[in-house]
Amino acid sequence: MSVPAALPARQPTRRNAEAGLLVVALIIGLAAWANVDLVMLGELSPAFTIFAIAAIALAVVAHLGVRFAATYADPVLLPAVFLLNLLGLTMIHRLDLGEDARAVSNGTATPSPDVTAQLTWTALGVALFLLTLLVVRDHRRLQRYTYTALFIGLLLLILPLAPGIGATINGATLWVRLGPLSFQPAEIAKILLTIFFAGYLVVKKDSLALVRTKVLGLELPRGRDLGPLLVAWLVSLGVLVFERDLGTSLLFFGLFVGMLYIATQRFSWVVLGGLLFIVGSFGAYFAFNHVRVRVQVWLDPFAYQSEQGYQIVQSIFGLSSGGLLGSGWGQGFPLFVPYAKSDFIISAFGEELGYTGLAAILMLYAIIVTRGMRASVACRDPFGTLVAAGLSIVLALQVFVVVGGVTRLIPLTGLTTPFLAAGGSALIANWIMIALLLRISDTSRRPDAIVLSPDDALTQVMRL
Amino acid sequence: MSRQVRRLAAVLGVLLGALLLNLTWIQVLHADEYRARSGNTRLILEEYNRERGPILVNRSQVARSVRTDDSLNFLRVYKPGAEYAPATGFYSLVYGATALERTENSVLSGSDSRFFVDRIQQLFAGTKTKGGGVVTTLNAAAQDAAWQGLAGRKGAVVAINPTTGAILALVSSPSFDPNLLSNHKPDEIRSSYQALESDPDKPLLNRPLAITYPPGSTFKLVTTAAALESGRFTPTTIIPGPAEYQLPNSTKKLKNWSGQPCGPGGKITLEEALAVSCNTAFAWLGNELGADALRAEAEKFGFNTSFQVPMTAATSRFPANPDAAQTAQSAIGQFDVRATALQMAMVGAAIGNGGVTMNPYLVDQILAPDLSVLSQTQASVFQTAMSQANAAAELIMMVNVVDHGTGPNAQIPGVRVGGKTGTAQTGNDLPPHAWFVGVAPAEAPQVAVAVVVENGGGSPEISGNKLAAPIARAVIEAVLGS
Repeated sequence: MSVPAALPARQPTRRNAEAGLLVVALIIGLAAWANVDLVMLGELSPAFTIFAIAAIALAVVAHLGVRFAATYADPVLLPAVFLLNLLGLTMIHRLDLGEDARAVSNGTATPSPDVTAQLTWTALGVALFLLTLLVVRDHRRLQRYTYTALFIGLLLLILPLAPGIGATINGATLWVRLGPLSFQPAEIAKILLTIFFAGYLVVKKDSLALVRTKVLGLELPRGRDLGPLLVAWLVSLGVLVFERDLGTSLLFFGLFVGMLYIATQRFSWVVLGGLLFIVGSFGAYFAFNHVRVRVQVWLDPFAYQSEQGYQIVQSIFGLSSGGLLGSGWGQGFPLFVPYAKSDFIISAFGEELGYTGLAAILMLYAIIVTRGMRASVACRDPFGTLVAAGLSIVLALQVFVVVGGVTRLIPLTGLTTPFLAAGGSALIANWIMIALLLRISDTSRRPDAIVLSPDDALTQVMRL
Repeated sequence: MSRQVRRLAAVLGVLLGALLLNLTWIQVLHADEYRARSGNTRLILEEYNRERGPILVNRSQVARSVRTDDSLNFLRVYKPGAEYAPATGFYSLVYGATALERTENSVLSGSDSRFFVDRIQQLFAGTKTKGGGVVTTLNAAAQDAAWQGLAGRKGAVVAINPTTGAILALVSSPSFDPNLLSNHKPDEIRSSYQALESDPDKPLLNRPLAITYPPGSTFKLVTTAAALESGRFTPTTIIPGPAEYQLPNSTKKLKNWSGQPCGPGGKITLEEALAVSCNTAFAWLGNELGADALRAEAEKFGFNTSFQVPMTAATSRFPANPDAAQTAQSAIGQFDVRATALQMAMVGAAIGNGGVTMNPYLVDQILAPDLSVLSQTQASVFQTAMSQANAAAELIMMVNVVDHGTGPNAQIPGVRVGGKTGTAQTGNDLPPHAWFVGVAPAEAPQVAVAVVVENGGGSPEISGNKLAAPIARAVIEAVLGS
């Protein structure tokens, strides 16, 4: 109406939209928990009050934190993540109750609930999320720590191999044990390595994009620029060979190739990366028995259904008995699948919430990844673009590898399902990743501060 | 760089699509196949975890689930048990399910697609899914009469409502107690099953549906129908009924049981031939009509067809290429003619239903978990076996059998009962089977019944009239009285 056209339109902060979505997430999460309690116990469990208070408090704190420290951040990311986290807690609680019932019918002592630890980790995750938002006021500053990130990241990756503190759990050596605490350093390493890749590629992207030769219509990069790709490939193979972790290995290599493609805008890197991946896979298949077993079980799990194929076959049974609509929360047999709370939590969801529920969960991940990619595209500096895209790739690949693994689309690996699975290190790392994505989207949506051109000196108003 | 980010996002979208397609494959398209795989204990536990729906006869539950304290939550209970076992079957942890428990499993377990709306409601109410009910067509009084009539002797009884094809009685004797096979103790189930399996009387057999017997003289009903339908014969047509019938192209002679001619001078009307069950007259008639005409008529009554009631009944047979001698024997229900009790009841029912053979069925209604009626079986025509006039004429001939012929034991004061006796040789050295096929009341038939007592049930004197007709009479009385 009478607003002068010359004034820039005020950018909406969308914080109220975020608050509204958080309320929706809370309602769904609390209703889910209440549903589990009513179906399995016939009444609300004492833990419901604690869960409800904690969930509401964490939502309020996280929202206020974003409102204060990242005013213009994307309004959908936090509620989507929060909902996933609540659903994960509810499923772990449901599995706790199932284990209680099993212990009662076997006449053994009831195990201590895992949901307590997971709730504590969630609180810690939200705290670190806020801390990240407060400390990293501008993501571009992270670029200064490119090589520090590389150093610490690699250190964390090889830490589980260190004698004394490293631990092998379920055949994979990716744990560090300090007294009662165990931690998966690879989870933090994935953030640090994303920062390193971004910082490195921002500087080197132009030289990496230079074309030397053309083979079969494919523009190949210069030979000496292949170095970093080969290093990433070797590190990934190292993780696979020494720590026996197929998932993490795949994740790092996919992340690096993806970011390389974005930075150099050359498809040839993807082709080269793909070739290296195929060579590495075949090499690993023939060189290492544990890889071979994984692949054989993947190809025909029912032939090994009482041995190595037990987990995946039980997972398929669970998913298929869930069908389109699922058995309903608390009415299936998700505990037939080993590691239902961690690696196979997706099977538990698939059984009790069915295809419909699982598709909804995958859509939540799709929303998070899309929002991350959107922050990447909107970001005005190449470093931020790369970090946001890298973090989104990490999340997306992780979901693909773990869901693909438990549904037998690809061979089974040992990654955790982001925000759902029981496990502290992954939860904390993922919350920090979301904080970084929010920070980047905040920076890109924030109205431009007045920029002073160095061409002209500022004249001051003087009171005389 | 943003173009590359978008492309990468598209690639990730493809990965998401792959995940969803794969899940569709496992959870929707091939879910049943995975669920049914061996090693999936879920299926059984899931079914036991749900309240399985009841199987009802009239308004009482002959099979129902009761809550238990053990991990399987529900126990299947059959009451009265053995009497209804041919209909209910059993529901066993070890041996799976049989009869209606098997064929109607999707309804009883609640997984039927017709319960979609109920399941959604149950999903939101957070309650455990419950199974639907199956109401049988059985008539408790008729079933009791047949069960008590056989009184443990080996044999089978089937009663049918002629106008609909609804099965009113389905009795197999001796039977078994399905509770023994449906409890929660696998070892007990195994030992009970093995004991039943090794019993020489084969109590696990579903005799009325699964066993085909030589129908003997009751098959003369089919031969008579073929004769009337040919247009060359009426009930009063005089046909030869000598003491012996020289089998064509054979040195053997087919004799009357009495050794005497059936009528004065070896001549007899068709009606009288049926009333006295004259073998030589029907053997002659068989060759007059020919095997093809007999087979065609038999097939219109249901021979050479497998019926799902919904359990699959054994196919009753009329031989494919009998020579003239074999045709003569086939016309009196011997040689390779074989029929289930169900089939012979269908013959009686079709004659009583103006010549129209109805498809037999055992399930009357499907009930939703809240016991409201979800679907009602509609009676359906199988084939027309005879013209209405010929059917009416043959029905009167059957009444004559009971009133003046071989089947007086089926007489009921005040009710015109039609029937046909049979005493069929078994071909081995065992005593013959006693048969009776009845239909009543002749004015407007409400029930057709077939009774077979295997090997005469150990009786020293064997005839359809003596052993089978009283059971048929009791069943008819039960249906008409209820």
